[in-house]
Amino acid sequence: MRGFLVLRVVAKLLMPFMLLFALYVQFHGDFSPGGGFQAGVIFAATVIFYALIFGLPAARQLVPEALVETMVALGVLVYAGVGVAGLLLGGNYLDYFVLAHSPVHGQERGIFWVEVGVAITVSGVMLKIFYMFAGRQRSAEDE
Amino acid sequence: MTFAHLPALEVVVPLIAAPLTVLIRRSAPAWAIAAAACSFSFVAALLLAAEVAAHGPISYHLGSWAPPWGIEYRVDALSAFVLVLVSGMATVTVPYAWRSIAAELPRDQVYLFYTMFCLCLAGLLGMTITGDAFNLFVFMEIGSLSSYVLIALGRDRRAQYASYQYLVLGTIGATFYVIGIGILYLATGTLNIADLAQRLQHVENLRPVLAGLAFITVGVSLKLALYPLHLWLPNAYTYAPSAVTAFLAATATKVSVYVLLRFYFSVFGLHLVSVTLPMPEILLVLSIVAIVSASLVALYQTDLKRLFAYSSVAQIGYITLGMSLTSRAGLTASVVHLFNHGITKGALFLLLGGVALRAGRTGLDRVHGLGRAMPLTSLGIVIAGLSLIGVPGTAGFVSKWYLVLAAIEAGRWWLAAFVVATSLIAVAYVWRFVEAAYLSEPDERTPEPGEAPLAMLLPAWLLVAACVYFGFDTSYTVEAARRAALLLLGAAQ
Repeated sequence: MRGFLVLRVVAKLLMPFMLLFALYVQFHGDFSPGGGFQAGVIFAATVIFYALIFGLPAARQLVPEALVETMVALGVLVYAGVGVAGLLLGGNYLDYFVLAHSPVHGQERGIFWVEVGVAITVSGVMLKIFYMFAGRQRSAEDE
Repeated sequence: MTFAHLPALEVVVPLIAAPLTVLIRRSAPAWAIAAAACSFSFVAALLLAAEVAAHGPISYHLGSWAPPWGIEYRVDALSAFVLVLVSGMATVTVPYAWRSIAAELPRDQVYLFYTMFCLCLAGLLGMTITGDAFNLFVFMEIGSLSSYVLIALGRDRRAQYASYQYLVLGTIGATFYVIGIGILYLATGTLNIADLAQRLQHVENLRPVLAGLAFITVGVSLKLALYPLHLWLPNAYTYAPSAVTAFLAATATKVSVYVLLRFYFSVFGLHLVSVTLPMPEILLVLSIVAIVSASLVALYQTDLKRLFAYSSVAQIGYITLGMSLTSRAGLTASVVHLFNHGITKGALFLLLGGVALRAGRTGLDRVHGLGRAMPLTSLGIVIAGLSLIGVPGTAGFVSKWYLVLAAIEAGRWWLAAFVVATSLIAVAYVWRFVEAAYLSEPDERTPEPGEAPLAMLLPAWLLVAACVYFGFDTSYTVEAARRAALLLLGAAQ
């Protein structure tokens, strides 16, 4: 893709907006369609888009495999951590009511962090799957 | 305060341990985390079982949402017993896996094994502890997906085919289960198991409920490898890494049996299952066919792992046979055998893992003269084999004894004779090992004299000792099973 200047420029122009859209879907998920899963997919799609235009090695440099694997685990930990936070604050497991001074705010805060965890893991898993499939093709070509 | 949260922590601790092992990416700390999580679950399960025995069922409201709206974790006599079995087997398997997995897996995959192991444990424990039918499905998927990965990790490339086969059938099973739950939800408007049971009594149009029962029966039967839905099991057990085979054989099918018991007796109730539909009769026929055919097939196997895998299908037949009697004695026998067969098969497969490590494979042609080359391992296999047959003084005898009593109590003398007679087929297939290990001369394929590493031999022998111990001291197992049977029948009436 080295020769396609238009593609490269347009891609670079588009990517910030794609990332911003992922964040919008993430944080506006309380009030409109969206949430952690969709935001995670959009975020991963941005990186996959980058990989399509600039090549897999560049994408691997931008988001290394180690980071992807960490994201996969981290999101689950954030989700489970919300549950443990509820425990530590004197409620049951996954109890959001105790997370803030009022139950309603507690629920909001709980679901906020849960969705953050979902987004991190979903984007991590999407990228992991993409890297694995893309990498497989590559190693077959090398042989 | 912590004690009140044990039902949640029981599942959450292994669930949190899984991503932690991924973050650390090194095999030794990952092993330590897995071992700590499994031991915690085991201790928690024992405490929960003691609490249930003393003060009755525990109900835990996840997220402080009261059931039937929120998800409820419910520990009663039956689920506490299964929790002890599952977490106990995990606690025995993880120390064993230290050497066994290091020998069988590439180094960079070892930490991922512990991730999957923790997830599988969390899934199985969750299936047992939850009081919510849909939550059960979620945990079923967690447990199944991780067990597909665990099976595919086997050294033999056929492991991947075996895993794929299990994936296809297991997914069909889970789908059927969730379709059944969907139908029940439409009929009753609730997913809480206790609430389902109550509301089902007032449902007027029974047809959808019966369809739901059919879907759940087929789905769960696939998971528990009830004949003729057992086709995934022999390959999966044969090609999976030794530690995985031992853990799954001792727990995965048992948890599915638990789910079936739960649905038949706690949700649908005896009337619906046995009067409206002839489920006990169907189960009886399938169990008999399972016992006879799988035992006969086991006789002709040339690989020990596969031989005992087929024997598992037959032994599951004994468990469902007890279930099909729908009496207190029958259910007691069923639940006792669930536990006793779990530890027996666990012991056998752990010991076979030692054979695989030393001899490269577990083919019967590799174990000629093994009695001299690996005396402790061979002796262990024989003792566990005796328990499989049901020789007095072993755990297997206790369950067969209660099964025979239940059959006689039901007035079915022929069934009692059948149970005893089919044990003879078990004698025949265990004898094949004895013949090869003790009555044949060692040849060039027999491993050099020397035992499996102590880290593998000790956990295996712990289970062998348990097979003998629970053959003499039945106060814990039979008492727990009796309470579980009472609970199931109490709920069914």
